[in-house]
Amino acid sequence: MARINHETTSKIVADFGSKPEMLVQILQTIVGRFGWIPEETIRQLAEELNLSRADVHGVVEYYHDFRTAEPGNHIVKICQAEACQAMGSRKLTDYAKRTLAMSLHDTENDITLEPVYCLGNCALSPAVMINGKTHGRVDEARFNELLDDMRGSD
Amino acid sequence: MARTKIYVPRETAAISVGADEVALAIAQAAKKAGADIELIRNGSWGASWLEPLVEVEVDGARIAYANVSASDIQSLFAADLLQGGPHERRLGPTVEIPYLINQDRWTFWRCGLIDPLSVEDFELHQGFKALSKALAEGAESVLDAVMASGLRGRGGAGFPTGIKWRTVADAPGEQKYIACNADEGDSGTFSDRILMESDPMGLIECMAIAGFAVGANKGYIYLRSEYPLTHSILSRAIATARDAGWLGNNIKDSGFDFDIELHLGAGSYVCGEETAMLESLEGKKGIVRFKPPLPAHEGLFGKPTVVNNVVTLASVANIVNMGGARYAGMGIDRSKGTLAFQLAGNIKRGGLVEKSFGITLRELIDDFGGGTASGRPIKAVQVGGPLGAYIPAEQLDTPLDYEAFIGIGAMVGHGGIVVFDDTSNMAQLARFAMEFCAIESCGKCTPCRIGSTRGFEVIDRMIAGDNREENYDLLVDLCDTMESASLCAMGGMTPYPVRSVLKYFAEDFSSSEEA
Repeated sequence: MARINHETTSKIVADFGSKPEMLVQILQTIVGRFGWIPEETIRQLAEELNLSRADVHGVVEYYHDFRTAEPGNHIVKICQAEACQAMGSRKLTDYAKRTLAMSLHDTENDITLEPVYCLGNCALSPAVMINGKTHGRVDEARFNELLDDMRGSD
Repeated sequence: MARTKIYVPRETAAISVGADEVALAIAQAAKKAGADIELIRNGSWGASWLEPLVEVEVDGARIAYANVSASDIQSLFAADLLQGGPHERRLGPTVEIPYLINQDRWTFWRCGLIDPLSVEDFELHQGFKALSKALAEGAESVLDAVMASGLRGRGGAGFPTGIKWRTVADAPGEQKYIACNADEGDSGTFSDRILMESDPMGLIECMAIAGFAVGANKGYIYLRSEYPLTHSILSRAIATARDAGWLGNNIKDSGFDFDIELHLGAGSYVCGEETAMLESLEGKKGIVRFKPPLPAHEGLFGKPTVVNNVVTLASVANIVNMGGARYAGMGIDRSKGTLAFQLAGNIKRGGLVEKSFGITLRELIDDFGGGTASGRPIKAVQVGGPLGAYIPAEQLDTPLDYEAFIGIGAMVGHGGIVVFDDTSNMAQLARFAMEFCAIESCGKCTPCRIGSTRGFEVIDRMIAGDNREENYDLLVDLCDTMESASLCAMGGMTPYPVRSVLKYFAEDFSSSEEA
């Protein structure tokens, strides 16, 4: 994933009319395109939106989506919420951690593994999201297939 | 010969089990066979357990094929799919599927039926009829119809929509807003998503009606970021409606201006709470506001704001079209109309079931849902999301009705029904309720911020068998504090699932050690 630069940040801010009330949308756009928010971007956003750095920092810290460390190229999210738990998501999460040899929130081998609390696919639990696409009825075998597909897309 | 219409849903659940691959395989097979087809990516009928549900239009009737995978396409074409030919995946005419025809589809009736991104198809199915009627008959007539319908907020709180709209309409001020809460964060719920993906213009139309009724010229949709497909569909639907003149200035020469801005959330559960959502819409941390002032008086940017859930808003079109009395004629007692129940978790036939209030949990779970997916006995059912109580199997005959549920210490909420079988460890789920609250608390009030962490620590000690009775009393005391002293439902209702586990499944605390 490319790293966001000064010019791109300015352009995104301008696209949202340089309005401070669009801060969450601006950050969401940056994370959507670049995966995370570097410290210098926080500084720049504060300046361009006429907010304090503490304001921007606070918003970044508050929301789960706003990563402050660079993620892998592949983001794997496993739903931890109740409907998925009813269909074995705890076991699936343990399996994923073992298979990928990593913990939740970690980044290893270009993969970031994260928990998510509901993907709205609760009738077809358990649900997993890989690089922004939701998959339903994911058992261990299906999880392996999805990982293979994901790696094959490199 | 006319082109054969084939419908393959473009909806998250259907795509999660292969609908995109199915659509691609159908397009390729048709090309190879030289067949002239029109591939329509409709929304979902809501029967998620049948997805991907492919339909072929034969002599004006839609024939359904269920659980189709890309690898079935070759044999389906060989079996004369385009003529509705027999195949093991064939269900028969869509209008004869019992799961669908036994529902009371008031709000979701266009879902699955139409192409969600076609204004023509939408208009062909009564689209914008209610808005036109509203514009012709005036704001008072809309307010009266909504009041008469008895419609209550479908996001979970159940506040009367008519009163809320009337309050905003009567509030002084030039600038008012409609804020649609599409931050559907409760586990076990997906009705907002299905509606927005399958009938997005239905929501757009109703937001414009709300704006017209209360005197607002601007609407916001706050959509959770976990729904990327919904975002794409909704953005296109808004742009399409605008191009067709149904949004923007002077809508259809009525003199009424209304437009919609779509905002994305950023993974915070508490932003589904209305005041936290307003903060987030203003670009800030999603921290809950003190009430009063109510958003109806001082909402978004301090202006009078109608904050309504997606389904609440979308229910209004038919209320305007058919009259409030018609809606009020469905349901029981003070729970008027229909609710889109969502069957989720360990359930054989999961999906969306729109039914009049008064149906029992058992009817929903057995008759529609077909029991558990595992085939094992039901241990508990959580209704209304993570803040809803765990209801034991003995209480499944309770009718779905806001007041009846309050009566058993539970809540209907947004209508999500999550089924757990007898292998579930309820003590772990009670712990999860507290842990989830700790993860998601906005941090403004102490009972929620600190209480939730103390809560799972106490539960951990109980599970470990450490002073179980003393810790039980401590947990009950903590629940009392959180319930009575938290600022919003996050901390105030997290005790509901916890208390229900203490009351009905206390034995799970002692069996967890070995588990």
